[in-house]
Amino acid sequence: MALLELHNVHTYYGKIHALKGLSLRVEKGEIVTLIGSNGAGKSTTLRTISGLLTPRQGEVRFGGKRIDHTPPHEITQLGVAQSPEGRRIFPRLTVLENLEMGAYLHNTRSPTYHEDLERVFQLFPRLRERTSQKGGTLSGGEQQMLAIGRALMSRPQMLLLDEPSMGLAPVLVEQIFEIIKTINSQGMTVLLVEQNALQALGIANRGYVLQSGEIVLEDDAKALRENEMVQKAYLGLE
Amino acid sequence: MSPIVPMLYTVRVMAAEAKATTSPHTGQRSVGEIARTVLGPLLQLLLFIVGAAASLGLLVIVLALLLSASTPDLLSRVVTILPQVIIDGLVRGFLFATIALGYTMVYGVLEFINFAHGELFMVGGVVGAYVGFFLDRAGIIDGFNPFLFVVVVVAAGMTVSGLLAVTVERIAYRPLRNAPRLVPLISAIGVSLVLQDLARLFMTNFPTSEPLGFNARYNSPDYGPPLTLFEMNVGERSVPVVLSPKALIFITVATLMLIGLNYLVNATRLGKAIRATAQDMPTASLMGINVNQIISLTFLIGGALGGAAGALFGLNVGAVNPYMGLIPGLKAFTAAVLGGIGNITGAMVGGIVLGFMEAFVASYLGLFTGGAISGAAYADIVAFSMLILILIFRPSGLLGEATTTKV
Ligand SMILES: Nc1ncnc2c1ncn2[C@@H]1O[C@H](COP(=O)(O)OP(=O)(O)OP(=O)(O)O)[C@@H](O)[C@H]1O
Ligand SMILES: [Mg+2]
Repeated sequence: MALLELHNVHTYYGKIHALKGLSLRVEKGEIVTLIGSNGAGKSTTLRTISGLLTPRQGEVRFGGKRIDHTPPHEITQLGVAQSPEGRRIFPRLTVLENLEMGAYLHNTRSPTYHEDLERVFQLFPRLRERTSQKGGTLSGGEQQMLAIGRALMSRPQMLLLDEPSMGLAPVLVEQIFEIIKTINSQGMTVLLVEQNALQALGIANRGYVLQSGEIVLEDDAKALRENEMVQKAYLGLE
Repeated sequence: MSPIVPMLYTVRVMAAEAKATTSPHTGQRSVGEIARTVLGPLLQLLLFIVGAAASLGLLVIVLALLLSASTPDLLSRVVTILPQVIIDGLVRGFLFATIALGYTMVYGVLEFINFAHGELFMVGGVVGAYVGFFLDRAGIIDGFNPFLFVVVVVAAGMTVSGLLAVTVERIAYRPLRNAPRLVPLISAIGVSLVLQDLARLFMTNFPTSEPLGFNARYNSPDYGPPLTLFEMNVGERSVPVVLSPKALIFITVATLMLIGLNYLVNATRLGKAIRATAQDMPTASLMGINVNQIISLTFLIGGALGGAAGALFGLNVGAVNPYMGLIPGLKAFTAAVLGGIGNITGAMVGGIVLGFMEAFVASYLGLFTGGAISGAAYADIVAFSMLILILIFRPSGLLGEATTTKV
């Protein structure tokens, strides 16, 4: 049984039909990437999984349990964490408070909380120096680190990452992908949405290509990298 | 990509580095840190109190000096009542502040003005009056411990108004959360009218044998004579500066509530969840925060503070009626806007500033115009002119951040 499974999911924004019968699955321990051009519906897919949007039709299952009509905070409780598009750091909370909010479901007095915090600081040493800085005053790259760190603080089984490399300097993009690989090797299942298709496919096990709300291609990451259509449309290769 | 990008990045990081306070992280906040986050806003409030009292006091003294040519004893009259005016300003200020907090907290989370908030204040007053009423009927009010009485009316007012606020949100606002902004606002005005008339119905019919009445007395134990704080020597006369015990109770309880609220909002997990929800509701829900629960909690706290203010206000003036929430509600709204709506410290500061302005106008306008204009009658004009001026010149308020999404 797949850890996450979407079956024939239709999501709307009012009258706009954003996901048109999307199906995908993510197995435990995998990195799966979702690529597609702007407006294809990648973020909508993640929002639907997290419960911020409710599909009008279709099923979402996590660990076998239907979650398509479960409110977002309960989905987080089940073990899904999202680092959303645009980072969405709480601007007037400090870095430490942002991380505490990530661990909202856990006791911040417990030793495990401190271990989690330590792990985040080891992944992103820069955050350690900035614990009492307001989230809104961090640089874009630091906010991205905080968004990922905050998602990790809920101790999830599965991490949804929406364009974690967006707006980062090339060195940092490299670093972020390294970190995703590290987190995954420690047992985390990852669903990765990326514009940076080449690098995403470089670390993923499998990938899906999304076009106007529909999956048009799904394959092993390696096969997708060699796929002609993918190379033309998403990798900028001729 | 061009090499300029990492360079720019470094520059930005360096700028941020310069701003960052380098406190070593400990995971748990130290006592000192909590004290700072809790007492910081109160210190700010204290500064505003002293500042408002001093600057307004100075202003009237200068005015008195300028006008003393025509009326020689003006200065001594101005100085004689000054301490009393300051005390009056403080009481009014804390009244507006406690009510304003309800407006501002709800606005902070939902960006919605709960125009029925003044009625929650009224309900607190009516509940307090009922407590006094039943104790009186039982014949035990005279011997009743005055401090226990305060505790009982405040607790009763907080409970009823708090729960009422939660109920109102659940019934009249939550179903409209995704409607256009004007819709819940109209709903709030409707709720306000409904609550006024329900209170009137209740007060004039309950208990059936001998109802409380429309303009009801607020019975309370005897709080004793006013306390003489100090004697002031003006010329050859000696004037006592007095503080009524009820005013002292009001100031004390309001201060305690403000400390409690600051602690809750700034230092507890729940308070952080409230702030996170106010800053970004969908993202807060991704953290596992049940945002509906947080919204209910916000209404509960705001309603409870309003109810406590009503119970104490009624006690202070000795009477209540179903419409008593209207004007204080509007003024507290002014105070919230003055301080920067959505900003908790701002609501307290706005309340204090407005309270002082009103007290000074009420007492000194008549004095300076030789009795031609009665200050007490025109104090309301000050509050509402102030509202208009703020909305024109500084819509974000004294402490608010500039935003473009205001109602
Ligand atoms: N809040 C919204 N209201 C209405 N339409 C929306 C909303 N959010 C997204 N859409 C529409 O839904 C479609 C899918 O959007 P989505 O944000 O999922 O795209 P995406 O694949 O994440 O794109 P990008 O790579 O630009 O982030 C788009 O056509 C978009 O215009
Ligand atoms: Mg997107």
